[in-house]
Amino acid sequence: MSTTDPRPGTHDDVVPVVRLTGIVKSFFGVDVLHGVDMDVRPGEVHALVGENGAGKSTLMKVLAGVHQADAGTVEVGGEEVTFDHPLQAQAAGVTTVFQEFNLLPERTVAENVYLGREPRRRRLVDPRQMRRDTAALLDDLGIDPDALSPDRRVASLSVAQQQVVEIVKAMSFDARIICMDEPTAALAGAEVDLLYSLVRTLQERGVAILYVSHRLVEIFDLSDRITVLKDGHLVQTVDTADTTPDELVSAMVGRSLGTYFPERTDGGPTDDVVLELSGAGNHDIDDVDLAVRAGEIVGVAGLQGSGRTELAQALFGVRPFLRGTMRVGGTELTPTSAREAVAAGLALVTEDRKAEGLALEQTVTSNARLVLDAVMPKTSNRRSRDIPGILSSLDFRASSGDPEVRFLSGGNQQKVVLAKWLVTEPAVLVLDEPTRGIDVGAKRAVYDLMRDRCAAGNGVLFISSELPELLGMADRIVVMRDGRLVGEVTADVGEEGVMALAAGTAGEVAA
Amino acid sequence: MSSLRERSGAAAGLLNRLTSGTATIFALLVVVLVVITILNPTFARPASLMAFLRAAAPLVVLAIGQYLVIVSGEFDLSVGALVGAQVVFAAKMIDGDPSRTWPVLAAMLVLGAVVGLVNGLITTLLKVPSFITTLGMLLVLFGAVRLWTGGAPTGALADNFRTWGRGGIDMPVLRQLPWALVIAVVIAIAVGLLMRAPWGRTLVATGDNDTAASFAGVRVWRVRTVAFVLSGVLATVAAILIGGFAGVTAQVGDGLEFVAITAVVLGGVVLGGGRGSMIAAIAGALAYQAIERLFTQLALPSTARPTLQGIIIIAAVAWAAREGSRGPGAANTPAPDASADPAPA
Repeated sequence: MSTTDPRPGTHDDVVPVVRLTGIVKSFFGVDVLHGVDMDVRPGEVHALVGENGAGKSTLMKVLAGVHQADAGTVEVGGEEVTFDHPLQAQAAGVTTVFQEFNLLPERTVAENVYLGREPRRRRLVDPRQMRRDTAALLDDLGIDPDALSPDRRVASLSVAQQQVVEIVKAMSFDARIICMDEPTAALAGAEVDLLYSLVRTLQERGVAILYVSHRLVEIFDLSDRITVLKDGHLVQTVDTADTTPDELVSAMVGRSLGTYFPERTDGGPTDDVVLELSGAGNHDIDDVDLAVRAGEIVGVAGLQGSGRTELAQALFGVRPFLRGTMRVGGTELTPTSAREAVAAGLALVTEDRKAEGLALEQTVTSNARLVLDAVMPKTSNRRSRDIPGILSSLDFRASSGDPEVRFLSGGNQQKVVLAKWLVTEPAVLVLDEPTRGIDVGAKRAVYDLMRDRCAAGNGVLFISSELPELLGMADRIVVMRDGRLVGEVTADVGEEGVMALAAGTAGEVAA
Repeated sequence: MSSLRERSGAAAGLLNRLTSGTATIFALLVVVLVVITILNPTFARPASLMAFLRAAAPLVVLAIGQYLVIVSGEFDLSVGALVGAQVVFAAKMIDGDPSRTWPVLAAMLVLGAVVGLVNGLITTLLKVPSFITTLGMLLVLFGAVRLWTGGAPTGALADNFRTWGRGGIDMPVLRQLPWALVIAVVIAIAVGLLMRAPWGRTLVATGDNDTAASFAGVRVWRVRTVAFVLSGVLATVAAILIGGFAGVTAQVGDGLEFVAITAVVLGGVVLGGGRGSMIAAIAGALAYQAIERLFTQLALPSTARPTLQGIIIIAAVAWAAREGSRGPGAANTPAPDASADPAPA
């Protein structure tokens, strides 16, 4: 394919921007990388994939100068380098946009881009020069200056815009390669398109992109080559055109995409309604009519800001319903606190695992029994005995003992959150983006759990931005837009059908 | 991963958990006690050890109270002023009459609980940062005592009041087991059990991440308010011991809030909440008392004490920060991305 591809950087004879050879890295005697080789060519989008714990982030951090390899060499532009500090890597044109941004919220875009190396004039910071340089960089990337002015405070920007600021910052170092760690994890649909176009612009400028992501769709949309890591070993580097999602998943986990979404094992939804809303609304959402039956998975689709998370929070009493009625298992109630919702048999796996789901410095057990301790202290000791069984049923693996959850991978953290709720034996599970930022294996565990709960007669409300999993798992899908339910579909409408409703392009026609 | 490595990992994890954050403070405590004993061998006698523990008991009780508030993510700066107010209140109300001791003790405990309740409710419901709430309470109590007494406290404590702070149970070897020590131990056991109960775990989780706690059904405001109430009650107990031991002056509680916070921080309890054990806080209190004792032994002027206290608190927090930045609790876990799944999930 290298002979037919018009893009630069896909020819084998080009000097790579970065070449990693035999990288070995271990922490506290545990080997994380076992001699990994990888090269990235100019203007190439190179995807780096693997399950959590495969060593992707560590490899990226070795390249970025955050970690130092125990063995192996790093070459940049054909010359061997040793980065002791990320600043050295940046100076050499190796920049990184981490999942958590390093921006000062109260400073302007320009101040953030040039933080610590502000242009000077007579030894004082020259704000006008700084603004001009930032505007030039934005312009170079084709960013509309009205949408993102160098004078905007970062706190006033959307997550997507903040990401653009990080990329602009990277470009201000004359980046030859930008490493992006899960760049779309926090973005909504339309924002992902912006990132796509930005990546392509960078590519045209000859900048290489090392793209770490769990989302196969993006990888196939964007990348030229894919490197697969598994347990710290290099599995393969392939041209994207020569592989398929199925092959890629097999390479990552040794299991094919065909079995990705587990089939249901029970007879399907019963007639018992476990959760019912009629005419429910508050400040954020309105006029929601919804019923979830025992054994049923109801998917909730919608763009970011369409009211999906607000619906979950209203159900859970965090931002309570002010209108309409809500019934759980036939009993009418309107929870005004999480505590009431829990007592009524609801469980909520929140969208933001670290901020809302876990006490990161507490152990797995403390986290897993927190709801019991808080809401049902009298039976907490007895019921918490179920926790080890629940964790192992979720295929939870911890190194030893009872570690603090901050040391776990995203997938394992999510399993702790799930265990925390399962041990309360809820009747209705509300899952808000339960697979966000977790690896393929952990996703599968979440899907299996959903099927299990259905078989056990629970109802599941499954909120997700990832249409394939909604279509693959939900019995039916309700679509939200502007705080309202705008339609209900089944999997046969496909991703386009759901998107059309969510974006409002087909909604009016259908209505 | 080999089972051998797994087992050694488990052993290291257990060791790590047993000593996490507490090893340093216990080592410091032992070192200081040994140095005192070398300088003054009579210190190791049971009787003088008992005297040391009696003197340390009020600080231990204060530190336990402060620990509860700090681990929940808050501060209680009002405890010193509360101790002062309570002692003055007791002297004035008892006025040397032993028959009034018991009712006054009850009234003091209620007063302490009310002060804690007000601190807690203002902090949690009015969302005033506890630093400000309790600083304000400190000034209110300080001013109220001055206003009420006109600067010089009046009245006197009866002997049956003072015995809690300076009396004890006569026995062989130890000569006397101080009531103050008995009370401190009973409180330590009670609070220790409380911390292992559901309430204690929700308290620490709240200090770690109150948003997550609230999503898990924790009534964050109530948990924290109870911590403040307990802090007020324990400060009152400390006041009873201090009043008996040291007698009545208007300055008796001055600066005790900082001593208590120093002790807790010395024990490795993290300001901001969610991390640290009560045992370590108690060890911190004992270590602080031992360091003071050492300086007495070295005949350092008492005017140097505040300077010493300042240096200790800064050094302790700097040490804790250094430990924290070393990251993952050593053997327990390798590194963020080495993660916990040795095998593919």
